[in-house]
Amino acid sequence: MNLLRSILIRVAYAVALLIAVIVLNFTMMYLAPGDVADTIAQASGGADPEVMEAIRREYGLDQPFIIQLGTYVGKVLQLDLGYSFFYNQPVMQLMLDRLPATLLLVLTAQIVALIVGVLLGVISARNPNGISSHFVTLFALFGYSAPVFWTGILLLIAFSLLVPLFPVAGMRDVTLEDPSFFTQVVDVLHHLVLPAFTLASIFLALYSRLCRAAMLEVLGSDYIRTAKAKGLSDRQIVYKHGLKNALSPVVTLAGLQFSAVVSGAVLVETVFSWPGLGTLALQAIIARDTPVILGILFFSALVVIVVNLITDLVLRTIDPRIRTGSA
Amino acid sequence: MSDQTQPAERASSPLAETVQMFMKNHAAVVALVVLTCIVIGAVVGPFVYPNDPFDMVWAPFSPPGEEGYIFGTDYLGRDLAAMIVHGAQVSLTIGLAAAFMSVFIGITIGALAGFYRGWVEEVLMRFTEFFQVLPTLLFSMVIVALFGASLVTVTIAIGAVSWTAVARITRAEFLRIRELEYVMASRSAGAGNLKLMFGVILPNAAPPIIVQAALMVGTAILFEAGLSFLGLTDPNVVSWGQIIGSNRQYILDAQWTVTIPGLAIFVTVLAISLVGDGLNDALNPKLRQR
Repeated sequence: MNLLRSILIRVAYAVALLIAVIVLNFTMMYLAPGDVADTIAQASGGADPEVMEAIRREYGLDQPFIIQLGTYVGKVLQLDLGYSFFYNQPVMQLMLDRLPATLLLVLTAQIVALIVGVLLGVISARNPNGISSHFVTLFALFGYSAPVFWTGILLLIAFSLLVPLFPVAGMRDVTLEDPSFFTQVVDVLHHLVLPAFTLASIFLALYSRLCRAAMLEVLGSDYIRTAKAKGLSDRQIVYKHGLKNALSPVVTLAGLQFSAVVSGAVLVETVFSWPGLGTLALQAIIARDTPVILGILFFSALVVIVVNLITDLVLRTIDPRIRTGSA
Repeated sequence: MSDQTQPAERASSPLAETVQMFMKNHAAVVALVVLTCIVIGAVVGPFVYPNDPFDMVWAPFSPPGEEGYIFGTDYLGRDLAAMIVHGAQVSLTIGLAAAFMSVFIGITIGALAGFYRGWVEEVLMRFTEFFQVLPTLLFSMVIVALFGASLVTVTIAIGAVSWTAVARITRAEFLRIRELEYVMASRSAGAGNLKLMFGVILPNAAPPIIVQAALMVGTAILFEAGLSFLGLTDPNVVSWGQIIGSNRQYILDAQWTVTIPGLAIFVTVLAISLVGDGLNDALNPKLRQR
């Protein structure tokens, strides 16, 4: 029962955060120079002041701020994000078309980063002064300091141009004729490798460093000594007793980092022309398509909030200490 | 007189001790030297190397070394070396200014939350969490898109979204220090809230904040590079990220136009994070764990 209650509180809090994002969105749109009437006028090649007035009345732009805000929040909560005059499509439709590509990229990158990061962290923690440990430290420094779009371009030069192993851009090979489902999946995965590894490179470094620190701490604790005294094998101690306890800070960080992953995705998508929300955001900004820009900000905040919620639940299942602690 | 003799008697002042600890971290010392060179280069470079970075000087895509252009030319035949030197100033200035702004916001919010506790803390920390949910790059892209691309908006856009870590650290330090006896002592000696916050607690909370601030400069430079790579920057100046962004279609013909500016960003940020590591060792010797 307690678990259910604390989950409900979390969900209510997430909804409140989301409403705050919508309010921020609207306030920025309100404060920014230019409005929908300008956009429409621009798209149709200019309009006289009376027509502009009429448009403003029709869209409720002559109402006071607070009423406009209320209407906007209400609309967004009904998942009506407005209309893109540039794409001639409802913003919601645009988002839903692009969302799967971004989710695929972001989740793959996050999973790759977690698995490889944890493995590297464990390897270097088992032998803190060995070669592999120094390698992990160096690798982490690279991940911290290299701009992710540059890493992407370097991988592109290396593995698409010099050694043509992977495609240069996009998510699908449009020249495939009447591909079967299986070929399509393989094709998308083939396109996914470079972008996913590029995006993973930033977080991989972070996770391996944190996992290394957490592992070193855990391996020094009493119950590990007990496990050793019981005569368990090294492998069993490290992976079963050690890793289980070192994992929870890493998962916490992975959840907190998710908004950074989405930020990184914008750059990576641009480098690899990946048809997701990031490339859409950039196109919308260049086209000054405000409803789309704000829609993407809202959508990505929504994704981050949902992921944070899931992380919270995952943590509760893998770490009983949190369950009892917050009850 | 006694003032003059006392420091000599002590083995070392706190500052000297910190410097000594820092010198032990060789990587950090090397990084500091490199960083100093980069900063000097950015300050005096444009005088030593006065070529206008927007001038077309030679055939496009000439490789490094040709005709005396050590880094070659870009797709418009502009001197890449001039662009790097002039870009250094922009990248470093925006990085520093944005980091300064985010540290200022972070300290203010963290200090108020940690000092007053209660509903102030609740409200401010919820506010901080709110900013952590928004993907920072996307948020600052929106700010730049809506309010125009100038050096000032770019700086504000970066500073306004990257203060959350500083706020959290400051708050945690304030929560710890406000309960210590010397704070109690100053309070009973009649120190006001402002004096307690910024005169007593903040100086003692400084070490982790300084380390974070140093790292923030690196993050801000990466951030600016990302924005200008996407073309969201003042079109009248050159910056490292923007060189990469504008040349990236031509990597097949001219890889150096992308690799060299990227290397500049990488080395600068790497040097900053190594110096940050060194500062961390020097300022928190107790937290040192290897």
